[in-house]
Amino acid sequence: MPSLSESPVAQIATRQIGDALEVSLGGVWSIRAERPQWAPLVQGVAPRRLRFLLQDGTDWDSSLLLFLGSAQAWAREQGAACDLDRLPDKLRELLGKLDSAQAAAAPADRSVNFFTAVGAAAQHAWRQAGEIAAFVGECTLSAMAMARQPWRFRWRDCLSEMQQCGAMALPIVSLISFLVGVTLAYTGAIILRQFGGDIWVADLIGLSMTREMGAMMTAIVLAGRTGAAFAAEIGNMKANEEIDALTTLGVSPVDFLVLPRMVALALMMPLLALYSNCLGILGGMLIASSLLSIPPTAYFVEMQTIVDLSDINTGLLKAATFGLIVGMSGCLRGMQADRSAAGVGQAATSAVVTGILLIILADSFYAVLFNALGW
Amino acid sequence: MDASYAIEATGLQCGYENKIVLRELSFAVPKGELFFIIGGSGCGKSTLLRHLIGLHQPTQGTVKFFGNVFDSRDQAARRALLKTFGVLFQSGALWSSLTLRENVALPLELHTSLSKRERGDLAALKLAQVGLAGFEEYYPSEISGGMRKRAGLARALALDPAIVFFDEPSAGLDPITSRKLDELILQVRDTFGTTCVVVSHELASIFSIADRVMLLARDQPGCVAIGDPRQLARTSDDPRVREFFQHGDFSAQLA
Repeated sequence: MPSLSESPVAQIATRQIGDALEVSLGGVWSIRAERPQWAPLVQGVAPRRLRFLLQDGTDWDSSLLLFLGSAQAWAREQGAACDLDRLPDKLRELLGKLDSAQAAAAPADRSVNFFTAVGAAAQHAWRQAGEIAAFVGECTLSAMAMARQPWRFRWRDCLSEMQQCGAMALPIVSLISFLVGVTLAYTGAIILRQFGGDIWVADLIGLSMTREMGAMMTAIVLAGRTGAAFAAEIGNMKANEEIDALTTLGVSPVDFLVLPRMVALALMMPLLALYSNCLGILGGMLIASSLLSIPPTAYFVEMQTIVDLSDINTGLLKAATFGLIVGMSGCLRGMQADRSAAGVGQAATSAVVTGILLIILADSFYAVLFNALGW
Repeated sequence: MDASYAIEATGLQCGYENKIVLRELSFAVPKGELFFIIGGSGCGKSTLLRHLIGLHQPTQGTVKFFGNVFDSRDQAARRALLKTFGVLFQSGALWSSLTLRENVALPLELHTSLSKRERGDLAALKLAQVGLAGFEEYYPSEISGGMRKRAGLARALALDPAIVFFDEPSAGLDPITSRKLDELILQVRDTFGTTCVVVSHELASIFSIADRVMLLARDQPGCVAIGDPRQLARTSDDPRVREFFQHGDFSAQLA
C-alpha cells in the first residue's frame, strides 16, 4: 500500500538466458510516481522470448499493467514469445482485460455530415415553431377556462410573483430609466441646439419615453431578470419531476405554474413602464435644467403640448404585450428544459434570447400598426 | 509512526456551524478492510464521510491516514493525501460534459505523467473492470443510473487509490444491481487490497460484504457499536443495535 512517507520506486532486473530475456519485477509500482519504460530495456538486444517474474512483496497497481501491456505489444511486433505464466493470476486477468480494452478502444465517430446537420436543424426549427404555437394555444385555453372560473386561479402565487417581478425590480428599472432619460437628453441636445430649439428636448424625451423607451427598457430588464428566473425555476421543477407530479394529479402545469406568472407579468409590466416613463422624463429634466438652462416648469409645460394620453396608452399596451411575451418565453423554455443541470442553464439563456427577440419583433409590429391607425 | 491502520480517528467531533452532529468518535480501520458506517437516516453517516474526505474540517480531534494527519494548513501534503483517495458519490457525480472515458481519464491527466494513449487505455481498463466495456464513448446522460454509479466507481479507481469511500452505493438501485455493485466493491478490495469505507444502511450489503461495521445513532451523537455485523446482530443487547438490525427482517435468517 503506498504511503505518503515512502517514495515509491519500481525495480526491474533483467537477465539474458540464451535467446530469452528474464525480467524480474519488484519494488513499489505506483501510477502517481515516475514509471520505468519498456523500450530502453530492449535497446540493442533482440530476445526471442520474454519471461516475466514478480518478486514477493511487490506493491503494484495499474502502472505495472501498463508496463506489461507495452512489453506485450513490443513482443507482438517483434514476433517474440511472451511468457506470463509465472505472474499471479490476478495480474494476468487484469492484463487480459487491458488487452481487450486496447483492442476495443476505437473512439466512436460522432461527427455528422453537413447536409444531415442542416436537415436536423431545419426539422428542429419546425418542431420548435409547432411547440411555441401549441404552448400559446394551451395558455389561451387555460386563460379562458380561468376567466370562467376565477376562483380556481392561483391568486396567492400570482401575488407573490407580482412582488418578485414588480416591486423587487423597481431599483434596477429606476436606475436604467433615469439614465436612458439622461442619455436621450444629451443626444437630443446636440442636434436641437444647432437650430436654437433646445426646448424641444422636452418633446423628444416625453415622446420617446412614453411611446418607446419606457416599455422597451422595462421589458428588456424583465426579460433578463424575470424571464430567466422563470425558466430556471420551472426547468428545475421539471428536472425534479415536480411537473410530472402535477400532471399525474390531473392538474395542468399551465394552469398551476404558467398562468399565474404570465398574469403577474402582464399586470406589473405596464405599471413598471409607467414608472419608467416618469423616471426617464425626470432624468431628461435634470440635464435640460443643468446643461441647457431650461427651467423644469418650462420643460414640463412644453412636454404637455406634445405628449397626450394616447402616447401613454400605446406605451402601456406595448408593455402589457411585452409582459406576456417575457412570461411566455420564460415558462416555455422552462417546460422544454432538459432534465439536467446544464439543461436548466440553457433554458435560462434561451428564455432571455427568445424574450428579447420577440419583444423587438412585437415592437416593430406595433410601430407599423400604430402608424397605420394614426395613434 | 504507526501506519498499520489506514484510518485512525481519535476524539473526532463533527458538525456544521453551531450544530454538533457527532462527538467523541474514535475508531480505526486496518488496511484492506471493508468498513461500513451504518445507521438510520439523519444519524450523521454522510457528515462523517464528508469530514473524512476533507470536504469539511472536524471541529475537534484528528484523523490519521496511514499515520499522516490530514492538515488543512499544509496544502501540498493535503493534495498528496487526496490523490490516494477515491470517492464514489451518491449519484455517481460524473462530469456531464465528458464521455465516460474522459471522466475516468481526467484524474490520470491531472495527477500522472501518462501519455494520452496510456490514459485512454487505462480508462478503458477501469471501465471494463466495472463491466462497462463498450460504453467508453457514451455520455453520462445516455446511460442508466446503475451504470452511472459503476462509471463513478471506475473514476474513483482511476488513480489506484489506497482508500475508496462509497457514499450510499446502493441508493436508488434495484436489489440485483446493488448486489452486483457489492460484488464489485469486494472485487476491488481483493484485487488491490484497497481499504474501503462504505456509508450504507442496506442490510443486504452489510451482511454480504462488510468486515466490520460502525453503527451511529441519531439520539446520541457518536458511535453506538462497532464490530462484525453478524456478531453484533446476534449478540448485542443494545436496543438501538437490535432495532437497526431487526428492521430488515434479517434476524430470522441469522438464527
